[in-house]
Amino acid sequence: MAHFDENAKPFGNKWLDERLGVNTLMKVLNTEYWIPKNINFLWAMGMVLAATFGILVISGIFLMMYYKPDTNLAFDSVNYTIMTEVGYGWLWRHIHGVGASLVFLIIYIHMFTGIYYSSYKQGRELIWLSGMGLFVAFSAEAFSGYMLPWGQMSYWAGMVITELFAGGSLEATGLVEWIRGDYVPGDAYLTRFFMLHVLLIPLVIIGLIVLHFGTLRLPHVNNQDGENFDYDEAAKLYKEGKVKESKVIPFSPVFLSKDVFVMGVYFILFFYLVFYHFNFAMDPVNFDPANGLSTPAHIYPEWYFLWSYEILRPFSKDFGLIAFGIAQAALFFLPFIDRSPNVAPAHKRGLFQIWFWALIVIMIALTALGKLPPTDPLYATLGFIFAVAFLFMGPLLFVITKFEKPLKKGA
Amino acid sequence: MRELKILAVVVFFSLLTYYLVEPFAHHEMHKKVDAEGNEIVINHRDFVYDGKADVEEAERAGNKELATKKKAFWSDVKTIAGLKGNATAGEAGFAMCMGCHMDGAANMGGVIPPSLEHAGAIYDKNYLIALIKDPAMAGNVDHKYADTMTHPMGSVSSMFADNQSIADVVAYLQEKKAGEVTPKEAFNEACVRCHAMRYDKVTQLGDTPKFKHEKDALAHKIKVIDEQDAVKKYMGKLPPDLSMIIRARGEHFMETFIENPQGQLAGTSMPRVGLNAEGYEKVKAYLTAIGDPSKVKREALGPWVIGFFVIFTILAFLWKKEKWRGHH
Repeated sequence: MAHFDENAKPFGNKWLDERLGVNTLMKVLNTEYWIPKNINFLWAMGMVLAATFGILVISGIFLMMYYKPDTNLAFDSVNYTIMTEVGYGWLWRHIHGVGASLVFLIIYIHMFTGIYYSSYKQGRELIWLSGMGLFVAFSAEAFSGYMLPWGQMSYWAGMVITELFAGGSLEATGLVEWIRGDYVPGDAYLTRFFMLHVLLIPLVIIGLIVLHFGTLRLPHVNNQDGENFDYDEAAKLYKEGKVKESKVIPFSPVFLSKDVFVMGVYFILFFYLVFYHFNFAMDPVNFDPANGLSTPAHIYPEWYFLWSYEILRPFSKDFGLIAFGIAQAALFFLPFIDRSPNVAPAHKRGLFQIWFWALIVIMIALTALGKLPPTDPLYATLGFIFAVAFLFMGPLLFVITKFEKPLKKGA
Repeated sequence: MRELKILAVVVFFSLLTYYLVEPFAHHEMHKKVDAEGNEIVINHRDFVYDGKADVEEAERAGNKELATKKKAFWSDVKTIAGLKGNATAGEAGFAMCMGCHMDGAANMGGVIPPSLEHAGAIYDKNYLIALIKDPAMAGNVDHKYADTMTHPMGSVSSMFADNQSIADVVAYLQEKKAGEVTPKEAFNEACVRCHAMRYDKVTQLGDTPKFKHEKDALAHKIKVIDEQDAVKKYMGKLPPDLSMIIRARGEHFMETFIENPQGQLAGTSMPRVGLNAEGYEKVKAYLTAIGDPSKVKREALGPWVIGFFVIFTILAFLWKKEKWRGHH
């Protein structure tokens, strides 16, 4: 048994340290968790995401106190009870709705940052994979949450998306019915999506966040130049007080002070949207109660799913599903498709830079086309072209990175 | 500075995406085109009714005969509007209206005749003239009554056979039935015969009274269902409850739809309501009070929360500056 100082003041620092190792914990997680100094504000997106997730959890807890997962009550519990009768219920709902949309904006920025700076390979594969796992979990969380107000768009989006599980010509309607618990979305469907939204998927997300943080530890956070340096040496310099010469900073308080500043800027935008500009995140169509007998003129998912929706849409039923499946899985394999030996920002990687901006343009084009009516032949054609282009981006990356010249050290 | 350049790139692509999926996509989704593929722009006409939209619609459908008929109808309306109405003479005419538009009226051929207590305040003058002349034409729902049905208010044309009598009764409405109207009264007079408002416990029969005994409550509910069935039979389907409509439809849609339902929703059985600008503002105020009651609180709280985060950000910036001192 370890030695305990009997004179240590209960709950004092020494007392706690002997029992809980708080000083070691503090060092490992904060004051001696080393982050490279050569970074920009994009490196704060991880903490911005953590903060947004926290806000979603808190607002969600308040909403759950009044929400009723029952097809007869759900719509009114949200739109009447929460919006009218509960003090500040409207504020929690708007925060939750806007937060759910913004979390995806930040996820996309975070992902594209990772791709731009090649932060997904040579030791960082698991960071990318756990991050993609989080992307999928957040997508499921967003979809299940969208069902809960039981408006027209909840109902019809639920109908369309669950229908995908029929597997096109496989006509696995049994599977679809099993998922819905009914022939069409109904009470059983709503209750199980409520469970998924408030329990199972959040648990998965929390687990994945822990894993995501864990995967960062050994390969270290990447920096603006993809430079690989000796962290022990840099940490030693820092601890000696040579903070200017050292290439690292401690997570707390130096890195965190910048994160908090970026969060502040982000929250100004966040609350501007909550109070004055929320329709983009809370579709007006969903303020019409669910009605299985009246299909809305246009059914579309929230903006963050539009690009993958558009990969599904322009093809025949079966090929669309296959393309959709490939698109969902393709991003997972990014670290293994990229054959280049270089960990460097895109602007130092020749053709990869062009590939990166082409990917951005394609994804934005698909996002826009996913909402534009495909009845217009121009949009239908463009949708087809960009969907095909997206599918070619994977093989293209493989080829261009295969022939990418290794960068000289220090270049 | 490099960080600002990066920020500019991020902001540019975010705003581009926003523009494409919100304003642009919604415009493309909801735009209406004629047979040649030209876009039909539905303009807000400030709640003034001159029949132009109705004539254009008929012309667009290629129905020359109907267009001529509508043109003639609205030109008659204009003529009557130019006559000097005599309110005293109109009082006798109004007494005939009260035969149906009375307190506690029952359903007559489809809906309960609405109260006219503030008709002069909330409805447009031209519309009132048109309505008395030919209710189906005024409402731009003449297609519904072309073959088999007659408009439940169809008999009005025999009551006011000459133009002067129409001008007189409209003058009476505008002088004597134009008192101050509350938002809820405006809604009750203009909308409630078809549309319920369940978040305010309002049905097609008006406010739901408080009952001591469940039996009485159930009896009332049955009356409501009977009334809804009658409306449903007349309109083809039960018109939607309007509790959340203010959040479910945009400003432009609401204004243009109320001016001319056929323009936004061709073939709908909803007639034009004929609200003037004041009447619309009143109805909108009621719809907002019920469907978006937090609007006032939201707009009051917004600056405080945003102000808090502005100060927070300034302090965070100073903290960051202090912590990073000597690092570069």
